[in-house]
Amino acid sequence: MIRRTHPALSVWAWLVYAFLYLPIVVLVVFSFNDSRFGATWAGFTTKWYGVLFARADVREALAHTLEIALLSTLVSTVLGTLVGLGLWRYTLRFRTALTGLLVLPIVVPDVVMGVSLLMFYSFVRQGLERTGWTFDNGFWTVLLAHVTFQISYVALTVRSRLAGYGPELEEAARDLGASGWESFRRIILPLAMPGVLAGALLAFTLSLDDFVVTYFTSGSGFSTLPVLIYTNVKRGVTPDINALSALLVLVTVVAIVAANALLRPRRDA
Amino acid sequence: MLTVRRFFATLGPGVVWLAVFLIVPALVMLGYSFLTRTDLAQVGGPWTLESWQRVFGYDALFQEWTGDNVRVLWRSVWVATLSTALCVLMGYPLAFYIARQDARRKNLLLLLLIIPFWTNFLIRVYAWILILRPFDLVPSLTATLLGMVYAFVPFFVLPVYSSVEKIDWRLLEAAEDLGAPPVRAFLSAVFPQTLPGLVAGILLTFIPALGTFVVSDILGGAKTALVGNLIQNQFGQAGDWPYGSALSFLLMGAVLLGLWAYARVAGQKGLEELV
Repeated sequence: MIRRTHPALSVWAWLVYAFLYLPIVVLVVFSFNDSRFGATWAGFTTKWYGVLFARADVREALAHTLEIALLSTLVSTVLGTLVGLGLWRYTLRFRTALTGLLVLPIVVPDVVMGVSLLMFYSFVRQGLERTGWTFDNGFWTVLLAHVTFQISYVALTVRSRLAGYGPELEEAARDLGASGWESFRRIILPLAMPGVLAGALLAFTLSLDDFVVTYFTSGSGFSTLPVLIYTNVKRGVTPDINALSALLVLVTVVAIVAANALLRPRRDA
Repeated sequence: MLTVRRFFATLGPGVVWLAVFLIVPALVMLGYSFLTRTDLAQVGGPWTLESWQRVFGYDALFQEWTGDNVRVLWRSVWVATLSTALCVLMGYPLAFYIARQDARRKNLLLLLLIIPFWTNFLIRVYAWILILRPFDLVPSLTATLLGMVYAFVPFFVLPVYSSVEKIDWRLLEAAEDLGAPPVRAFLSAVFPQTLPGLVAGILLTFIPALGTFVVSDILGGAKTALVGNLIQNQFGQAGDWPYGSALSFLLMGAVLLGLWAYARVAGQKGLEELV
């Protein structure tokens, strides 16, 4: 049932939306500003986009960001989907503990997760020293860290997708002669698929967006776009960073609109 | 039935992964908090309680209790509380507005809420520098607060919205029919139904607000440092891992305590629905 909304409520809602979009609009506008210093308008230009594409560090960071996001999404989607299936299928003695373990990466502040992994890697490195093995913080340490915070999101998305179905679904498939693997591949997985895709998409964006955990686990020679943006902002704002930000906003909008179109049937369910 | 074989075919790999990269690092962190700083970013014996004393305000150099640390902790809690309150003020009515639109508009409004939410966090915080600089507000505590509210309001709205969606409006009509004035009818018939979402929203806003160092780092400046900045500094310039560990553990403990309390009230299902 739709009840009439008070005009004041509408005004309030649009104010909040204006608040949410103000910085994004400002960012895009200033990326076309023909001035070295951000705050005043000096005419329209697209030169900052040229400056941006000429920067080798930006291209390198972009490549790192995508590599990490793609690989970590792949690993975490497989692991997370299996956990989600297990949560759905079995009655577990330690269900609360397991749920707690899954909620942990979502609720523990990023900074805590980042620094604990930093220390963990250093601890392992010291342990390995005696065997002559060693490693530097960089691609691999960041990759492992990203998978760690992604697994929970995938698992919980898959589980909630399957929540409406009971175990009798699998029993029926078995009764009709399907093997365990067949019923998984032909019945369970297709049903879980929208959840798996949504989870993967969420994992991917989380990886693209992550700054804090990457910052602490990446070491000095390896950076992703968020880390690069952070170091640039700390040094002083330059207009090409506005251009980079505007591009990232564009990519996000396209990705979300596409994902929304993909997942619409599920949203209404 | 879950056998060992089935466990390792489904839950096992993920659970082992989380144990190795989540639980073990937390234990390493706990261990480091009882060690001493030997060199920059190096830790070693002897085992000591010094870092934990410092967390609660003891200054080992001057051998006295000072308020400095406790003040940072207090400021963090206060800033997180205030920004959460502002999120409630902004987001609670918004959730009602969205929930009362027809399906198409609802979808669009949710999408519009999610777009900034999924746009890179750093970029959005950084954009506030551009806006606030002409007003001479960067760095300041006001800017930090504004940045936090801005960054966390979608976290708050989404769970509240899903509660509002499920409201049984017949209760409101019943209350009105029985002669309750509008405010009273709202408070007794509608508000309680939004409580699960409200609590989840407050948790999802308060926790990141308590832990953030990015917002205060970019918009706040040194004078308005929060516990997140203090932690970051121990792993950067200060190079004092034991002290940083103790601070992180305290922060994590506070969060887990809040979550445990929430789970006690909302139960297993509530815990799963939190995210």
